Amino acid sequence: MKLLTHNFLTSRCLKGVNVGYPLKIVLGHVGELPQALIEDYESNEDFLKKVHHVLLEVDVINGELVCPESGRKFPITSGIPNMLLNEDEV
Amino acid sequence: MLATPDWRLDDLGEDVYEPSEDTFLLLDALEAELPRLVGGSARLVVELGSGAGLVIAAVSRALQGGAHCVAVDINPAACRATQATAALNDARVEVIRGDLLECLLPGAIDLLIFNPPYVVTHADEIYQGDGINRSYAGGARGRQVMDRLFPQLPRLMSARSCFYMVVIDENEPQEIAALLGDLGFESSVVMRRRAGIERLSVMKFVRL
Ligand SMILES: C[S@@+](CC[C@H](N)C(=O)[O-])C[C@H]1O[C@@H](n2cnc3c(N)ncnc32)[C@H](O)[C@@H]1O
Repeated sequence: MKLLTHNFLTSRCLKGVNVGYPLKIVLGHVGELPQALIEDYESNEDFLKKVHHVLLEVDVINGELVCPESGRKFPITSGIPNMLLNEDEV
Repeated sequence: MLATPDWRLDDLGEDVYEPSEDTFLLLDALEAELPRLVGGSARLVVELGSGAGLVIAAVSRALQGGAHCVAVDINPAACRATQATAALNDARVEVIRGDLLECLLPGAIDLLIFNPPYVVTHADEIYQGDGINRSYAGGARGRQVMDRLFPQLPRLMSARSCFYMVVIDENEPQEIAALLGDLGFESSVVMRRRAGIERLSVMKFVRL
């Protein structure tokens, strides 16, 4: 799973969850992440390259997505997040 | 051109829908629509029920990285098969296991593609596991899975988005067109074909 995909995922279908976004990501290693938005980010090529790398090239093979409200965990296995909910959760 | 991707039956196993007439009709319809798809400004492309993954792999390749391509399937074997087919064809496809599109952010989908389980079956057959039954079992009129999706579309789709779906005549395409019309989508039929006893159509819905 690429990090950009995570930007499109939500746990809002969980019973009792309102927004469910953004999901937290639990993983071993994300590569080099810029810590904060720098001022000249639109023209700073180095920063943009890093963002592009993080969003589109870093591949999460195993890990977890975590609902920010309920703490419900969605496992990522072999790059595939399992977003399926149990019947009693919806 | 929308080249038909390669696939390996070994990657599928008996739990994954084998590419069939409906798959190829959908590929042909999307090829006919390709100028619109490439010319459009789709950023997020989603195939629901990707099965063996041919369709989303073909679309991803045709769009040449211009859009983020995501496949969703409820069947874990289909998820793995889609991943394998994408890799085999060097196509960038992200795979998610989920039920319909309930895990996707509202308003994000620019292009949606669905070859649904459209066969008329007993309703129970839909819920007999998450394997091959999910690929065809459509319950009453073959409509029970797609009918769950329709009311979610106004929330899921972006402005001026587009949705392609395979149906058979038993699904009552005209009623579907009316339903989607009420939800704010204009319908047309892109392609029709007869395959054995199935009279297949690919419908197109454009958000107004
Ligand atoms: C007719 S097959 C189409 C497979 C492939 N797209 C093709 O054209 O060959 C339907 C697919 O939808 C999936 N599916 C059925 N119900 C689903 C649901 N509720 N959520 C996600 N996927 C579903 C099935 O597992 C199956 O892979």
